[in-house]
Amino acid sequence: MILVLAYCAVLLSFASGLLALLMNQRPVLVKLNEYRFKKFPDSYQFGRSVIEKNLKERRYPHALRRSVFVLLGLSGLFAVLAGLSVLISQDIINDQLSLGLPWLPWHVRFDGLSGFFFLIIGIAVCAVSFYGPGYVSSYKESEHPFAVLGLFTGLFVAGMLLVLLADDAFFFMIAWELMSVASYFLVAFQHENPANRHAAFLYLLMAEVGALAIILGFGVLASFSDGFTFDALRESGLSVTWASIAFVLALLGFGMKAGIVPVHVWLPEAHPVAPSHISALMSGVMLKVALYGLIRFCFDLLGDVHWQWGVVLLILGTFSALGGILYAMMQPNLKRLLAYSSVENIGIIFMVLGLSMIFMANGHPQLAALGFLAAMFHAFNHALFKNLLFLGAGIIQHQTHELNIDLMGGLIKKMPQTSKLFLVGCMSISSLPLFNGFVSEWLAFQTALQVDVLDNGVLRSLIPVSAAALALTAALAAACFVKVFGLIFLGQSRSRHSEKAHEVRDKGMLAGPALLAGLCFFIGIFPGIIIHLINNVSGQLLGQTLPNDTALGWLWLAPVSAEQASYSAPLVLMGALIAGSVCYWFLRRNPLTVMRRAETWDCGFGGLTPRMQYSSSAFTMPIRRIFSKVWIIDEQINKEMQGALDQDVAAVHYQLHIQDHSWPRLYQPIARGVSSLAKQVGRIQTGNIRTYLGYSFVTLIVLLWVIS
Amino acid sequence: MNWLIAILQTTLFVVLAPLLAGWIKWCKCRLQNRKAPSLLQPYRDLIKLTNKQPVVAEQASWLFIIAPYIIFSATVLAASVVPLIAVDLPTSASADVIVMVGFFAFARFFLALAGLDIGTAFGGMGSSREMTISSLAEPAMLMAIFTLTMTASTTNLSGAIAHVLNEGMILRPSFVFALFALVLVAIAETGRVPVDNPATHLELTMIHEAMILEYSGRHLALIEWASQLKLMLYGVLIANIFFPWGIAKTLTAEALGYGLLAITGKLVLLAIFLALAETLVAKMRLFRVQEYLSFAYLLGLLGMLSHIILEAAR
Repeated sequence: MILVLAYCAVLLSFASGLLALLMNQRPVLVKLNEYRFKKFPDSYQFGRSVIEKNLKERRYPHALRRSVFVLLGLSGLFAVLAGLSVLISQDIINDQLSLGLPWLPWHVRFDGLSGFFFLIIGIAVCAVSFYGPGYVSSYKESEHPFAVLGLFTGLFVAGMLLVLLADDAFFFMIAWELMSVASYFLVAFQHENPANRHAAFLYLLMAEVGALAIILGFGVLASFSDGFTFDALRESGLSVTWASIAFVLALLGFGMKAGIVPVHVWLPEAHPVAPSHISALMSGVMLKVALYGLIRFCFDLLGDVHWQWGVVLLILGTFSALGGILYAMMQPNLKRLLAYSSVENIGIIFMVLGLSMIFMANGHPQLAALGFLAAMFHAFNHALFKNLLFLGAGIIQHQTHELNIDLMGGLIKKMPQTSKLFLVGCMSISSLPLFNGFVSEWLAFQTALQVDVLDNGVLRSLIPVSAAALALTAALAAACFVKVFGLIFLGQSRSRHSEKAHEVRDKGMLAGPALLAGLCFFIGIFPGIIIHLINNVSGQLLGQTLPNDTALGWLWLAPVSAEQASYSAPLVLMGALIAGSVCYWFLRRNPLTVMRRAETWDCGFGGLTPRMQYSSSAFTMPIRRIFSKVWIIDEQINKEMQGALDQDVAAVHYQLHIQDHSWPRLYQPIARGVSSLAKQVGRIQTGNIRTYLGYSFVTLIVLLWVIS
Repeated sequence: MNWLIAILQTTLFVVLAPLLAGWIKWCKCRLQNRKAPSLLQPYRDLIKLTNKQPVVAEQASWLFIIAPYIIFSATVLAASVVPLIAVDLPTSASADVIVMVGFFAFARFFLALAGLDIGTAFGGMGSSREMTISSLAEPAMLMAIFTLTMTASTTNLSGAIAHVLNEGMILRPSFVFALFALVLVAIAETGRVPVDNPATHLELTMIHEAMILEYSGRHLALIEWASQLKLMLYGVLIANIFFPWGIAKTLTAEALGYGLLAITGKLVLLAIFLALAETLVAKMRLFRVQEYLSFAYLLGLLGMLSHIILEAAR
């Protein structure tokens, strides 16, 4: 029954993709309808008015888009239901589908881990399906056909869901490739722009290299076991060396998809160019699928984890978290900024997962469960608020035709609803109390603070350092999102587009983010619900749950023990409400002192202009100066002089380019190496048919010699 | 009873904070050979401001108007979890020390947004500087506090202080580091000399004042009060974490009175030190602050490491 729900989710997303193909087939449908009228005149009355109305030329695209997204939303709903029911029932369901090659049926397994990620995908897809119809209606059908967008969106979602269901390496890779390739087409959707084609190609390249690493990782496991099913792979019993090789390959493959530093470069290129609801899905959900792959591979298939792997994850995660947020801060493009912030969040998740591994390998399964809980909870939260922020960015782009935050400002008055939703997202991602981001951060700190139990001196000093880095990351994230919200929504408009912006009319475009914002707040107040679900996952996967999660009652969060740490968001909320209302009431009593509006203080000079406000690069200037080694900064100030002796400044031109270190340090050498290798290979390609025949002949001789 | 004490402590915090600010000002004035205003002057200022009609810039949005309430409430909430005269606070259990740092972050988030809301250069400058400084100071503070929480193996602040109290007077190297780190952070976070000067409105140097330049009337009163509260909070943190002796362990009237006396004495002494330091030290350049704060960060980290390596039982 539960599995049927999961299958329904997959099939519905396929169906939504296929339905989108009908976008250009209206004449066929009209003919079909007429044919039906001729053949079955009796049944024709059924639903006649609805069908005819929607088949009219003017209404048809609108109706079709809406129905495609309704199907997608239903798929999300079924995914949520399937995920919840498998998590609550704690079942593990196995099945076989006789698809694919005749002797290799697809093995399906639906357990708590898959169920939890089903839940994440389901929520995100639901939100996107509310949002989608309004957003895609702005695309011109001739330039950006909806059929393409809808088809690949459906395939993309289906691919992600299938990855979670896979129980053998073949099926896993097929689903993985479906996900990667479908999302490639989505990134390349607006392909008229060369930068977008470049980003899409980079994405495809890295996705395929990553897939290769994953295949090799499975290959290492498979060569020590009989068969490709995950059950067989679990029994492979690898030696430490081979297990470590498999781990490194898996880390490379899944890390590339998840966007861990230094293999994160596709992320800030690909996410900004995709349509916003797709970047929301890619950043919020697809990165989580990569995380799922890593967890499945390391915790489930490889069996015993080693603490060295945990250290690798911890260090990589620390660098990603710090690097991600520092790079994010310098981006003027909103979606690029959000993409870099995903790198940061994935880094935090990797860090905590690494801690979990370290505790697991050192024989503290309870603390491992705590770390696992923090990682999964952060994954869930990140899916919520990053989706929310990307959808919000989409609304802003839709209304102002602008993604550069230096050209925005003052939108809080023009787009009041959007600004409130976006504020919730910013507060969650800055991990402020009462919102969900804070809870997972709190759990991460609690995990890191348990370092006392370890014996290894290196680990004992390494973990506090990474906890310090985590604290720095959180504080920088708050600064970054103050900048984002402050420059976009507050102050005065910096451009004509943002001056003329107004709130979106489509209610659905607000409903999607509103759903996510509501969940961000709700989960922030009642984290116990999700923690209970994750506990079931860790019970299945690690064989250990947190015993004390409800020690103080359901209002409380006390993961280790009530004496060591506790947090009760409902009580905090109550306190906040009391404190806020007391001071409001106390000060509002006097009607004589109602506020008065007046002109902004301009130091007596007059004429404040929007250009006098702080810009993005001005806001981050102190941080750029403090951490200047982190980026490659190219800053140019050119002054035009005039007057006698060229002493008066006529104009100042300021240019700032900030680049990632990973390009010149890592990728350009590789690219140069590949092209010089290609040149060497090119030498034997003479273009002469006789030479090629000679090559074939020599190869044949050598092969014959080898077999004889 | 416990909850009653918690509410009483919070009220004491809120009520006494301006007095502490007045006392610091008094000490500074005396040290600088000036005539000191009355100790009650901060109260008079607050009353004067609340009775005035606030003037709000036309450009301001709703966020600018609710920000003072949020800032004040968040600071009060932070104060409610810090043991002032007695340990065993029930509020410390519902919000531990990480949440307390979170409350500060909450207040700061809205203060910085309010600075950006009007769209003047000053507001942006203040927000940018405040977020830069706090993003270095907050981790340093967490490190210093983690040293305490790891020693006591609890993040519950009153539990941790009770633990230190029960252990008696032991000289821990980690606590020395953490104390220095926390003092440095406290100076930076409360905007005192040498990081920021609360007494001036000089555009080249101001941080906190630049953000609240547009506030007036009761809004300004709330923000001023919140920053006085924050100053006292840091003082109490330093006093009660590192020198917890005297704080009431039982909830008898005698013990509580004794606790009140003890914390008053400790704060009076701390304030004298602060005034002395502010008189002796010159304000530093903005881009020297990073060195100062990374030093605090390093001290915090050293404290944590020395706890783990030297002190923790294996």
